Amino acid sequence: MTSADRPREGTLLTSSTTAATPAAAPARAERARRRSAGALDTRRQWWGWLFLAPFTVVFVLFLLVPLGYAFWLSLHTKGIATGGESVFTGVANYVRVFTDADFLSGMARVGRFVLVMVPIQVGLAVAIALVLDTLATRLSKASRLLVFVPYAIPAVIGALMWGFLYSPRFGPANDLFGLFGLDAPDFLSRDLIFGSLVNIVTWQWVGYYMIIVYAALRAIDPSVYEAARLDGAGNRQIAFRIKIPMIASSMVMIVVFALIGTLQFFTEPTVLRSVAQGAIPTTYTPNLYAYSMAFSYSQFNYASTIAFALGILVFIGSYVFLYATRKQSGLK
Amino acid sequence: MTTSHTSRRAGGRRLGSHVFLLLAVLYFVVPLWWLVVGSTKSNSGLFVGTGGALWFDDELALWDNVTQLFTYQGGIYWTWLRNSFVYAFAGGVGSTVLAVLAGYALAKYRFRGRNLYFSMLLGSVMVPLTALTIPTFVLLSQLGMINTMWAVILPSLLSPIGVYLVRVYAVDAIPDEMLDAGRVDGAGELRLFVRVALPLLRPAFVTVLLLTTVATWNNFFLPLAVLRDPQLLPVTVGINQWQALSNAGAGGEQVWNLIVTGALVSILPLVAAFLGLQKYWQGGLSLGAIK
Repeated sequence: MTSADRPREGTLLTSSTTAATPAAAPARAERARRRSAGALDTRRQWWGWLFLAPFTVVFVLFLLVPLGYAFWLSLHTKGIATGGESVFTGVANYVRVFTDADFLSGMARVGRFVLVMVPIQVGLAVAIALVLDTLATRLSKASRLLVFVPYAIPAVIGALMWGFLYSPRFGPANDLFGLFGLDAPDFLSRDLIFGSLVNIVTWQWVGYYMIIVYAALRAIDPSVYEAARLDGAGNRQIAFRIKIPMIASSMVMIVVFALIGTLQFFTEPTVLRSVAQGAIPTTYTPNLYAYSMAFSYSQFNYASTIAFALGILVFIGSYVFLYATRKQSGLK
Repeated sequence: MTTSHTSRRAGGRRLGSHVFLLLAVLYFVVPLWWLVVGSTKSNSGLFVGTGGALWFDDELALWDNVTQLFTYQGGIYWTWLRNSFVYAFAGGVGSTVLAVLAGYALAKYRFRGRNLYFSMLLGSVMVPLTALTIPTFVLLSQLGMINTMWAVILPSLLSPIGVYLVRVYAVDAIPDEMLDAGRVDGAGELRLFVRVALPLLRPAFVTVLLLTTVATWNNFFLPLAVLRDPQLLPVTVGINQWQALSNAGAGGEQVWNLIVTGALVSILPLVAAFLGLQKYWQGGLSLGAIK
């Protein structure tokens, strides 16, 4: 990620140096500069740190310290076997976690969620944004808002609502399938719960991604399309050859958001657990597993190891993705 | 002939586009419609209503449901809703203020270690926040802060993505010449920030405020982990507990009508805020996506 800010860093440095050159700045600025010489810069450095200080305190206390503490906990073990004392056990917890069938199956499951969910979400968001971009009717304006609304709804409430809709007791599924003389499938069964969860997350997040893509599309200069049309390009070609490549950087961004969110999958399966009896075990995702280890079994050391291992894998995953797409995203 | 042919084709395409949009809108709106309809039903009406799952029953019980929300368990629902407001307000405003200050410093001051700081910040955007929740819980419990409002508010003040967005925005939005001119006129750094930078940063401020408020309002894992006292829960965790109890059946009271009505009431403030503040967020949410 360091490389990510390099181009911006470059522009920032050049812009501040041009401001500092005497030619660009008015003459009185030059006089003031001479008057206060180097003292000002040191003082100004301090101001930079001062503005940064409040955030830094929070950053240290609630990010660096917990992260470091999680790492410390993961290197220790405390339990009946150790007489209730915290004992240094090195990488033993990591050996355990990476050979733990429950953790590995949870990891594989969120991996499958990534492979299924991310393309559906991004594809749908881009499709809707492309259609909205070519229309300027009242319906399209209203649709933009309505598609976005689920973003304003907490994940818990969204999952709860879909839980009702899936339920054969409350939901409309029986009525709808009944129209065709069919029995509604049990969306909360072990077989279908995967798809049911994919649907909830898709419903919740497509609108947000769509708004990001839509704004990127609006930022393209329309004269590009005119030039393409003169060269004989049709709408489809304009969409696939011009629009999509030009919004690649925002697509990379939403994929990273979706990737990080999906690997941490927790809220929706937790809410559905009580409705879908038996279909979602406590080891369904790594986060659920860590939560139950910590709060049902009080194994905080092992829970921290799971959290830390997950964190490392998320970090590596998003880093690899950003590296692989550095050309498309312009984050070279 | 050719013109009418192409216009007919264009018309067909427009029709196709509108049909696609309509289907998409239906998908996103029907669940909410169900929630609105459901909130007008009584507890038994939700199971065996006269109107089916997607239409109103003959008898509207919305008012009964709302009054029952006020009395059930001593009106704890409204305490939850108030807690959610407190958490979202404190976490949203607090983290936004910190993010604006820090983003401004990273964009407009040159100091030793700035690049390293910024790289660390970018890296931390990728640290899954839920991975921090468990160690944060252990730390807070050692400080005796578990089961207090602070246990939710303080960790919510952290928003690395907010700092990143403000920083990206501030680089171009605040001309260095303007700051330098102010300095020449003898303005102090604090005054420059309040008088020059802050007005220019308004779009970024509003966007980050919206993002962080939504994030705190929606937060589930953190309050679930650090709160035990039912009186301190935010509405998300509270309603989920009702749901879990109602599903558990035995012993638990089944309050489906309260869950549905409570869910509807709890989403109204944010939905209203988003509809009312359209002109602020529509451009702003994509900050950082477009360069």
